[in-house]
Amino acid sequence: MISQHLPALQVVIPLLTAPVCLLFNNARLAWALSLVANGAALVVAALLLQQVLTAGVITYEMGGWAAPWGIEYRIDAVNAFVLLIVSAVGVVVLPFAPRSLAKEIPEHRLNLFYTTYLLCLAGLLGIAATGDAFNLFVFLEISSLSSYVLISLGRDRRALTAAFQYLIMGTIGATFILIGVGLLYMMTGTLNMADLAQRLPVVAETRTVAAALAFLTVGISLKLALFPLHLWLPNAYAFAPSVVTAFIAATATKVAVYMLLRFLFTVFGATLSFEAILLPSILLPLSLVAVFSASIVAIFQDNIKRILAYSSVAQIGYMILGLSFASVTGLTACILHLFNHALMKGGLFLALGCVVYRLGSAEISKLAGLGRRMPWTFAAIVVGGLSLIGVPLTVGFISKWYLVLAALDSGQWWVAILILIGSLLAVVYMWRVVEVAFFQPAPRQGPRRQEAPLSLLVPTWVLIGANIFFGINTDLTVGFAQRAALWLLGGVS
Amino acid sequence: MRHHFILRIVAKLLIPLILLFGLYVQFHGDFGPGGGFQAGVIFGAGFILYALVFGVEKAGNVARLTIVRVMVAAGLLLYGSVGVVSLLLGGNYLDYSVLADDPVHGQHLGIFLIEVGVGITVAAVMITIFFTFASRGRS
Repeated sequence: MISQHLPALQVVIPLLTAPVCLLFNNARLAWALSLVANGAALVVAALLLQQVLTAGVITYEMGGWAAPWGIEYRIDAVNAFVLLIVSAVGVVVLPFAPRSLAKEIPEHRLNLFYTTYLLCLAGLLGIAATGDAFNLFVFLEISSLSSYVLISLGRDRRALTAAFQYLIMGTIGATFILIGVGLLYMMTGTLNMADLAQRLPVVAETRTVAAALAFLTVGISLKLALFPLHLWLPNAYAFAPSVVTAFIAATATKVAVYMLLRFLFTVFGATLSFEAILLPSILLPLSLVAVFSASIVAIFQDNIKRILAYSSVAQIGYMILGLSFASVTGLTACILHLFNHALMKGGLFLALGCVVYRLGSAEISKLAGLGRRMPWTFAAIVVGGLSLIGVPLTVGFISKWYLVLAALDSGQWWVAILILIGSLLAVVYMWRVVEVAFFQPAPRQGPRRQEAPLSLLVPTWVLIGANIFFGINTDLTVGFAQRAALWLLGGVS
Repeated sequence: MRHHFILRIVAKLLIPLILLFGLYVQFHGDFGPGGGFQAGVIFGAGFILYALVFGVEKAGNVARLTIVRVMVAAGLLLYGSVGVVSLLLGGNYLDYSVLADDPVHGQHLGIFLIEVGVGITVAAVMITIFFTFASRGRS
């Protein structure tokens, strides 16, 4: 009986656990509840993915109202995969939270942190699960508002301005998305994505639909931090508490990429968004500029969190690059990198969380000689960095491989060369960290640093280990990504 | 505290009416314009007016922050648990028809409870936001 309600439970479990955490003014209890809720969400996501792979699309009528009128949840190969990524990252990151937060957030705010975290999780899962364009906007607001709060909790007071900047940019993005959805509703009279997909071709030639596509693309690009709309991201990632950075970097932008995939391929359809309107000729250059400009800026940062934040902008460029080919290989690369980048950046930001736990900051100058003092932490950073660069046996290699294949398939060999040069830039900025940590002598004065506690190292290494596991054992992820890509290009039917 | 005499008298007269009007908008939402969100804002505005005229400390005695915080959570929980109950009764999430023997009654009961939940949370959040800003730098 319960199996048919899984799409609703996916969102409802974290959404309803959040107020329970608020009721009990007890940080440990709130943490335990969040972990249980998040674990339950992961189980639900895994069951959903299994159901989708065996039985195809799952639909769920919220409130018992039939599809085009009521809100429909629609789980297919694409969003089942996204749901699994988001809830799995949450389950790995949460055990990291208590130790790390104890140094970053005042005690009396901890239960509020877990409440907000669960709301953010529910919002992200809701965006992925829903099949209704307006419902998607509502969940977008839930996840965005809670992520502004999470970022503003950072110990540095600049976290407040970073969160405010993100709030302004994020709200503009959300408004654009709402305008886009409103224009679509005006032309078709429906908000259901599957229904929209059927009705849009009739009115495809109108300017209103073109405007809707433009608003949605720009709005979502703001959310996923595509160059040149990425300016909110570096500060937000740099000043947020370590756990929040790891969680948001691994999930929020990924869900935004999913939104773009969903609107471009399912709602508008590949033919409309990629042939009638010259979207690839905009997205392709922007994503390449993102890769190069962000990687070059990353080389000159003094704070490792900012290095990785700019690197995220570059990696998002790779995802959009894959998307802009609009081919099966390209989309496979995009979806693969969505998963792989969640593993890399989740792991790397958790490793940085270990560094911040011991040092209190992530300034690159303070890392001198730390490689020997904190071997496990810095080994994690090295492995994560190798994965970011795209060295064989890591997940980074798999995504780059498919990306290069997609570029060659589309006959644009120069793009393939640019992808390889972009990877070399990643070598440069990751090498700076490694060089300072391993090859510079530790300062003679100052306290002796110790390795981070096990409760921080285990979650870090779970994600870093996954980088290697899925880098060697590629059948699973490539299989999912290919199915999802085929599904997106095959339309809704 | 002798000045603002007129303000205090008028506020004392108006606040019960504002709260009553909030309740009217809440419960008449089935038949006319209104509903939980609007009612919650009006109800919260009554408390905010009291706090503006008589001071945050006095208002804090009426609406204790711990109780307000419980209300924030309780409204959302009421909303969500209506959905859970309809799940347990064999319907889809938030399917009100299964809440009573007669689907029409079920729909009525469901939307009524949900709007109450919305009203409670919105009023409590309004009060919390106001108190948070008004008592900045005091604690």
